[in-house]
Amino acid sequence: MIDQSPAIILLAPFLLAILLALLGIKREWLCFPLVITGLAISVAASVITLMRVIDEGTIQYFFGGWEPPFGINLRVDGLNALVALAVSTVALLTAIYSKRAVPAETSDKVSQYYTLYLLSVTGLLGIVLTGDAFNLYVLIEISALTSYALIGMGSKRATLAAYKYLIMGTIGASFYLLGVGYLYIKTGSLNMYDIQEQIVANNLHGSPTILVAFILIMVGVWIKMAFFPLHAWLPNSYTFGPSTTSALLGPLVTKVMIYVMIRMILTVFSPEFAFDQLDWSNIVVWMSVIAILAASISALAQTSLQKMLAFLIIAEVGYMVGGVWLADEMGMVGSIYHIIADAFMTLCVFLFAGIIFTKTGRRDLSAMEGLFTKMPLTMVGFLVGAFSLIGIPPTAGFFSKWYLIQGGISSGHYEYVAALLISSLINAVLFFRIIEIAYFGAKPAEGHGHHHEEEHNGGPTEASFSMLFPLLITAALLLGIGLYNQEVVAIITDFVSQFNIGAIIL
Amino acid sequence: MPSSITSFTPVLASLVSLLAVLPIVLLGKKPNLREGATFLAAFIKFGLVVSMLPTILAGSTIEFTVWEIVPNLAIAFRVDGLGMLFGLVASSLWIVTSLYSIGYMRGLKEHSQTRFFTFFAISLSATIGVAFAANLFTLYLFYEMLSLATYPLVTHHQDKEARTGGRTYLTYLLSTSIGFVLPALIFVYVKTGSSMEFSSSGFLSGHITASEALILLLLFTFGFAKSGLMPFHSWLPGAMVAPTPVSALLHAVAVVKVGVFCILRVFTGVFGTDYLQDLDIATVVAWIAAFTIVASSLIALTQDNLKRRLAFSTVGQLSYIILGAALLSDRAVTGSMTHIAMHAVGKITLFMCAGAIFVATGKKYISQMDGLGRKMPITFAAFSIGALSVIGLPPTGGLISKFYLVTGAMDAGQSALLVIFLISTILNAAYLLPIGYRAFFPKDPQLAKQPFSWKTTEEANWQCITPLSITAVLAIILFIKPQFLLQLAGLMVGANG
Amino acid sequence: MELLEALSAKFNYWIYVIIMMIGLYAMISKNNLVKKLIGMSIFQTAIILFYVSIGVKEGDTIPILYHDQVHPSHGDSHHGADTGHGEDHHPSHEEIVANLHIEPDDFANPLPHVLMLTAIVVGVATLGVGLALTQKIYRDFGSIEENEILESIKSAK
Repeated sequence: MIDQSPAIILLAPFLLAILLALLGIKREWLCFPLVITGLAISVAASVITLMRVIDEGTIQYFFGGWEPPFGINLRVDGLNALVALAVSTVALLTAIYSKRAVPAETSDKVSQYYTLYLLSVTGLLGIVLTGDAFNLYVLIEISALTSYALIGMGSKRATLAAYKYLIMGTIGASFYLLGVGYLYIKTGSLNMYDIQEQIVANNLHGSPTILVAFILIMVGVWIKMAFFPLHAWLPNSYTFGPSTTSALLGPLVTKVMIYVMIRMILTVFSPEFAFDQLDWSNIVVWMSVIAILAASISALAQTSLQKMLAFLIIAEVGYMVGGVWLADEMGMVGSIYHIIADAFMTLCVFLFAGIIFTKTGRRDLSAMEGLFTKMPLTMVGFLVGAFSLIGIPPTAGFFSKWYLIQGGISSGHYEYVAALLISSLINAVLFFRIIEIAYFGAKPAEGHGHHHEEEHNGGPTEASFSMLFPLLITAALLLGIGLYNQEVVAIITDFVSQFNIGAIIL
Repeated sequence: MPSSITSFTPVLASLVSLLAVLPIVLLGKKPNLREGATFLAAFIKFGLVVSMLPTILAGSTIEFTVWEIVPNLAIAFRVDGLGMLFGLVASSLWIVTSLYSIGYMRGLKEHSQTRFFTFFAISLSATIGVAFAANLFTLYLFYEMLSLATYPLVTHHQDKEARTGGRTYLTYLLSTSIGFVLPALIFVYVKTGSSMEFSSSGFLSGHITASEALILLLLFTFGFAKSGLMPFHSWLPGAMVAPTPVSALLHAVAVVKVGVFCILRVFTGVFGTDYLQDLDIATVVAWIAAFTIVASSLIALTQDNLKRRLAFSTVGQLSYIILGAALLSDRAVTGSMTHIAMHAVGKITLFMCAGAIFVATGKKYISQMDGLGRKMPITFAAFSIGALSVIGLPPTGGLISKFYLVTGAMDAGQSALLVIFLISTILNAAYLLPIGYRAFFPKDPQLAKQPFSWKTTEEANWQCITPLSITAVLAIILFIKPQFLLQLAGLMVGANG
Repeated sequence: MELLEALSAKFNYWIYVIIMMIGLYAMISKNNLVKKLIGMSIFQTAIILFYVSIGVKEGDTIPILYHDQVHPSHGDSHHGADTGHGEDHHPSHEEIVANLHIEPDDFANPLPHVLMLTAIVVGVATLGVGLALTQKIYRDFGSIEENEILESIKSAK
């Protein structure tokens, strides 16, 4: 069993999705336990895999025993073991949250919703684990197709948003596919590691075909991760979709695509090619600076909580793209750590938004009025998430910023450092605006005194356990990842150091 | 090299009030027990701090490393002379303020008292954490914690005014700490690669260029905006919307002193006075501080709201401490360290008097306090002593620290700054003395004719009066026996050699 | 002339680029949601053509071995007589491989073509989801013209 752990991560949600599709339609009560089982197995397998990677180093898993470059393989190293664990954990926590939210929001399609949910998670996990460039495309499309449907199950406007996402997403994935085609022309291989070997063996780094492939793949991935200005599909999709969908896709899709970018740069094309030979790093870092600032400022203009959070995701994408392209080891470590940290931060605030939406039926900020007294535990969870996004110690967000800024300073990209700090401050404004509303009430209270006690009656009450539990676990995880950041970073550094990124520039 | 002892006591001293949060919250429905928990924690904390005093006076330091959180960077505690000095001030005044806040909160029947005491305790943990931080990183962690923990206290009234005040408070404190201190911190970490542990000779020398040093110095000085250095001072008057015990302890002692304490640490522990002297960049900070002193004193003169006047006075007094540090001479640095304690005692007395006046009469404005001294003699007597201490006149402790600051300025050969000290002392007297004078000798002849009798006094409740009397007496004691403070400060300066 | 040569030598690339741009244009500039989807299909088909074309070589055939190539004894009697073995003998797999004379240049590269089977499936699925969404949009908004939908959203606010 232990040997099969990488495959089980993928297969558990996949097989249960099929089972659910067969059994769930008639027996709605079966859906939730099945989803939880599938994802719990997946999380357990991810943990085992991560342990194995720490012990043994890179794990190869050959499907059907065929070895690459002919067979299809999963290849798990420090990078994707971590990301896979984050993905499966986020999916599990969101699934717990969904217990009440899904029947409430998509009442007549519970089993369909959960089937798609599991398939989407399978796709995302597959992207993370696969060692094959073409399979990556197929898996991107699996997760994308299911997410279009997951979003489209929401309100009226969600359908339109899903449609736009479909158009943009298809363009992105197609660019990626084209890029892989060019790589195949030159190297005759689809296995990521084999491609790298072929490129090195035949000294293809100077080839224009490889350059075209690189550009196409990067643009495709940027569209899929909503890198500003290619972000137009994201805000509405995550705003109007069912709250469970937002809580699943918001934290994961963009992060997984960042993983793909890192994987492509490090494993397929090699950092020498991306950072040294192309000399794009300055341009991309500047693009990410613009992305961070533009998205943060757009977030300021939003009155809807979900939309504000959606713009924050776009800003965070800027953090990570910038961090990767700093061409600095610390920056790379920071970006990878931020993938993990940001997945949970985003999850935390999206779960909060979902709870507020199910409780009040509203998306605007004034729905948060007086929540500190009405829903204290929910607010505690939210505060941790908000502090993490602002970057207040000792939450995970502080440390990811710490490493990213460290990378920015040691690579001399002070504009990136400035952008990070400004965006932190804007996040502070955004979240303290919410905290203020929750603490004071939307309207300035007349005089001080005992309006407190009166507010107790009426209005929302504390969220149900199935919603509160994942929120608080996420909050605890954020603190845990923050306090134990050294352990996480040690794994990442172990992975990154083999590429000698810092040395290239020197 | 002074010896160092490993002990958990400093950690415990910081943690004890954080642990007290649990009983405070649980006992929320039983006010007497809840306040009992606060007192217990306050006394334990003070006891722990005092227990370390002999060791420190003997010239050793006490250290404890809790956790290495980022490669090479740990959350670590170390008690040295300066930390001990500040720790003593904060923990002793917490006891006094606890008593006072019980009187104040109950006297005014404030809402959400449990929340109030909870965050008060957390703030104290953070303050002691700052005092005993062994490195810049730990210092920053506790500094941020303090900013956030005090927000619910500042906005305690939850009305429109509190909202605006709270917003200003956080805007200034968070934007400076995230915008200035954090990048400076990481820059130092990247450049030195060290654990950023404070040492008397600093740890920057040799790692950065002179212009980088200047930028860093300014980032740190302005970044620790709790020190109220202009132009980042306006949060302090804004924060006066808080209940008076908060103003008294936090905005006369804990929060603002944390600000100047951090700056002192940066001067003495990060750069090291010798290195700063070599670079000759501290003068910039000295002049900014000098400007702040004069400007804030002038503004204070125009304020009619007593708490606001005291707030601007605080802004000025804090800059004395920064100025003293920036003068870099041994006597000036000693003076500025002692001034932390002296000013704390004086200013907390003044604030508690302001609160007592408000509790007893509901009056906030100085113009309404004509002749009030006859109704509240104890309060105004204490007020006058506090005022003397802040101005720096005998028989109060303020004289001692000012003496060191002035002579330190001479040592440093900065006669222009000497003039600043003198001007500001006159201004201090001008905005503080008339208040006490008018209270006892009102302009209005009607009031002046009224015979004084102890029977007609209308003092606030005893929980308010006792603490402010204690601190007033303390201000006089510190005049008579300042030696141990000077000794603690001397430990730091002596180490500079 | 060099330009012309470059164009004609790689004409398949130029054609796929042109088709792709037509698709992209439709996706971006068409107002009708179904037309956008048609554009998307054209776009994807262009990529499929590109992949198919890279597997093709001049004068090649499909990459399937005929029966007589693999079992020459049955198809080619004089070749079988030469071996001198008994009629009942079935050659082992290794022997067959060793005896085969396959020139890779004679066959089209099957891999890109197989990949495109998957890509076609993905494309069809995408189109299906797209059409389903369009249908739902039509039910919700009563139109599949983008500007009309946006107007009805605006007026609903």
